[in-house]
Amino acid sequence: MGKKILLEHINVPGIKGLEVYRQNGGYASVEKALKTMAPDAVVEEVKKSGLRGRGGAGFPTGMKWSFLAKPEGVERYLVVNADESEPGTFKDRYLMERIPHILIEGMITSSFALGAKTSYIYIRGEYFYVSRILEAAIEEAYAAGLLGKNILGSNFSHDIFVQVGAGAYICGEETALLESLEGKRGNPRIKPPFPAIAGLYSCPTVVNNVETIASVPYIVMNGGDEYAKIGIGRSTGTKLISASGHINKPGVYEIEMGVPVEEFIYSEEYCGGILNGKKLKAVVAGGSSVPILPADLILKTEKGEPRLMSYESLSDGGFATGTMLGSGGFMVYDESTSIVKNLYTFARFYHHESCGQCSPCREGTGWMEKILHRIVEGHGKAGDVDMLWDIQRKIEGNTICPLGDAAAWPVASAIRHFRKEFEEYINHPERIRDKMPVV
Amino acid sequence: MPKVTIDGHSIVVPDGTTILQAARMIVDAPGYIGENIAPPTMCYHSKLKTSGGYCRSCIVKVSKGSEKDPRPMPKLVASCRTTVMDGMEVMNTTSPEVLEARRGVVEFLLINHPLDCPVCDQAGECHLQDLGYENGGSKTRYDFKRRTFAKIDIGPFIKLHMTRCIMCFRCVKAADQLTNNRYQGMLFRGDASEISTYIEKAIDNDFSGNLIDVCPVGALTDRTFRFKSRVWFTKPMDAHRSCTKCSGKVALWEKGNEILRVTARKDKWGEPESWICNECRFEKKNINDWVIEGPRHIDPHSVISLNHYENVVATMKLDVAKQQKQLADKK
Amino acid sequence: MSKEIKFNEETLALVDKLMKRYPEGKHKSALIPVLHIAQAEFGGWLSSDTMDYVASLLKIKPIEVYEVASFYSMFNLTPVGKCLIEVCRTSSCWARGSEEVVKHLEKRLGIKEGETTKDGMFTIKTVECLGSCGGAPMLQVGASFHENLTTEKVDTLIEDYKTQGKQKSYTDLDYKNTL
Repeated sequence: MGKKILLEHINVPGIKGLEVYRQNGGYASVEKALKTMAPDAVVEEVKKSGLRGRGGAGFPTGMKWSFLAKPEGVERYLVVNADESEPGTFKDRYLMERIPHILIEGMITSSFALGAKTSYIYIRGEYFYVSRILEAAIEEAYAAGLLGKNILGSNFSHDIFVQVGAGAYICGEETALLESLEGKRGNPRIKPPFPAIAGLYSCPTVVNNVETIASVPYIVMNGGDEYAKIGIGRSTGTKLISASGHINKPGVYEIEMGVPVEEFIYSEEYCGGILNGKKLKAVVAGGSSVPILPADLILKTEKGEPRLMSYESLSDGGFATGTMLGSGGFMVYDESTSIVKNLYTFARFYHHESCGQCSPCREGTGWMEKILHRIVEGHGKAGDVDMLWDIQRKIEGNTICPLGDAAAWPVASAIRHFRKEFEEYINHPERIRDKMPVV
Repeated sequence: MPKVTIDGHSIVVPDGTTILQAARMIVDAPGYIGENIAPPTMCYHSKLKTSGGYCRSCIVKVSKGSEKDPRPMPKLVASCRTTVMDGMEVMNTTSPEVLEARRGVVEFLLINHPLDCPVCDQAGECHLQDLGYENGGSKTRYDFKRRTFAKIDIGPFIKLHMTRCIMCFRCVKAADQLTNNRYQGMLFRGDASEISTYIEKAIDNDFSGNLIDVCPVGALTDRTFRFKSRVWFTKPMDAHRSCTKCSGKVALWEKGNEILRVTARKDKWGEPESWICNECRFEKKNINDWVIEGPRHIDPHSVISLNHYENVVATMKLDVAKQQKQLADKK
Repeated sequence: MSKEIKFNEETLALVDKLMKRYPEGKHKSALIPVLHIAQAEFGGWLSSDTMDYVASLLKIKPIEVYEVASFYSMFNLTPVGKCLIEVCRTSSCWARGSEEVVKHLEKRLGIKEGETTKDGMFTIKTVECLGSCGGAPMLQVGASFHENLTTEKVDTLIEDYKTQGKQKSYTDLDYKNTL
């Protein structure tokens, strides 16, 4: 059993409520930070911890915090990104639903470090019932004097509000999230300025993922150095992995960074092996945006070393033979899965979610979906695969926000590793017509 | 003041200048001889705040970030939204990577465009035509049904032909910044987005006609000029009148003695020199309403300049300048 | 929809409270939450009258409401059934059989995806990832998630909703009391 930080008390009955949460050491970090630490000291511990953003990009949290501008007399904000919409990812929902106070605690402590008087949780609209759980938790915290004016008798006052979105993947991009929070369309902003300088209501703002903020209490209680000891190399601490697809035990698992991928897929502690005893075909390791890898490359790197669940090991080999840890959305596909059809569901997703602001993504995502649709329907044309390759290449890197890249990478990687399968689809439309397996 | 080098041409510019503005300054500088190194723009408009960044046609490569941090920028950047740093080096027409990416942008902008230039009033002065001609491929690879929308009249003067729209946001920003009552906006999302007035509510404002001028394509056109003439059969003349609402400085588009259309005077980058009011634009179509200043300068490469005498003089001036520069260089 | 488009006093007080969550002059931030309430109160969709009403409440231009309402997929701009069944169809749900779920629903209710039953009770809609991949295949009705679906489960679900007469909407989840 690896170290558990976030889910340590997840099975304690009543942990959803404040009382049980406090009995299990909850809110100690608020007490410690507010009563014995200076805000900068908290930032320092987070820096030392090596904690990296858990939303997907993996940017060092302490560094992000230290970029926050602090002009006199201007409000600062902490905004928690609970928009969790990356296909394959459902860890934040699990955390907020089961143990909401860990997020509230992390927010109070983090806001103290950042000097934010108000913070918002932006949660995706589809998680409406979870927003009710959070509202109830916040109410409990107010009643216990953990929120509001002069928290625990200190000089620090803080308010937390929950904001519900309304169905838009793009609002997981931090500037689109801020636009949405301001009551506008979720169009990503053109950067610079970055949110650390001009974010919510043009004020300096830090936007962090739920899991990132929920990791802060442990760091404050045990020190950044202790946290950095967990994990492997620059991938410190633990990570929540959302496991889904053709596995025996789908669900959310907290792993210590560095667990071998093979162990994660096959051990009883985690995924419990492939469903119905079938063979593993491919894995998308970090949410739909990251490159898909065939079984041999996800289990071992190109050099033949075992692949580990960490930022570095998963990206070993670059995009040619590697992938990314991303948001930890781990989707497993068995030998019977059509990679082309699966890619089509991703392409449809990105087409549906493109905000329409910049031309490569607006037009390119729809074009790719249409080509993939005709391929899976048995109307693919010779040259379609090359054209797909060319289109994704012209989207990648040429858009305002990372959605363009996110739409391009799955297409590129599926072609890179499974090109033959695309060609089978195009060369054997009769198999599709006769509802026979294509591959 | 930072110094920036674009395709080998250096210039010192005020702080906060964007790469695009710097490139235009290089080209605009007196005595500049050489190709047009200013990146093409579809959505950026110098007179509209927060415009630019969307169409991606002005993307360039920053091969050196600055003197302080000489690392190249990892991705191509939108030159209209990237501020220059001292010592920055930029590649536009000299970078095959940029030209290739731009070809991609042109293709994306065109896949859902109807290519109905033969019946479009904008033809001949359309930025998308120019962009496609200069940066695009010669064939389309897109073989799916194109997106279409019904035409809408926005009030008595403006026709919205959404099918031709390339989502540059210029009209939304103009409506926001020029008129005090915003009835127009962007609806839906992704490739289903559309510019729309809600429930066809007319834009009732003295300056609404400027939306036509800021539209780079034929999505917003002048209903009073609809199907009257191809622009290259009309003669553009600078003219003015005293107007209480605007500067009254306009371009008249004449055919014979008839004024077919009135527009703002557009500079070489296709941007109006000043906004004009609807009265000047739509209601003053009599030659006696105006004081004619003379033929309007038209860029020599524009189809409108065909057989336009002013053009001959301009080319001669350019030639003389070129020869003088060459002579000076030799010495 | 003959009901007059106007919130009652209680809801108006809630809207007021919501607007106070944001700094002065930034009450436009309340737009999305208020649209959710309006959609729940006025028949499960946003008519132009409803949107105009919301604009007047927040003192913003109607187009600002239109822009936002049409951007987000959870806002319905046309009427839907009392139970809006949204079936996830992205990767993991697809891999675990979402297509069969949709087929079964279509057969069971006698309508196609995107259609509403004649009695106005059910609408089937396919949607993109709802963040429940571990419970694939899944669907959402109103605010409730239904995971690990089988055809039997889907049948029970439909029977249950038929008996209830409507979906659990946001207001049923006590939006008002928890704020």
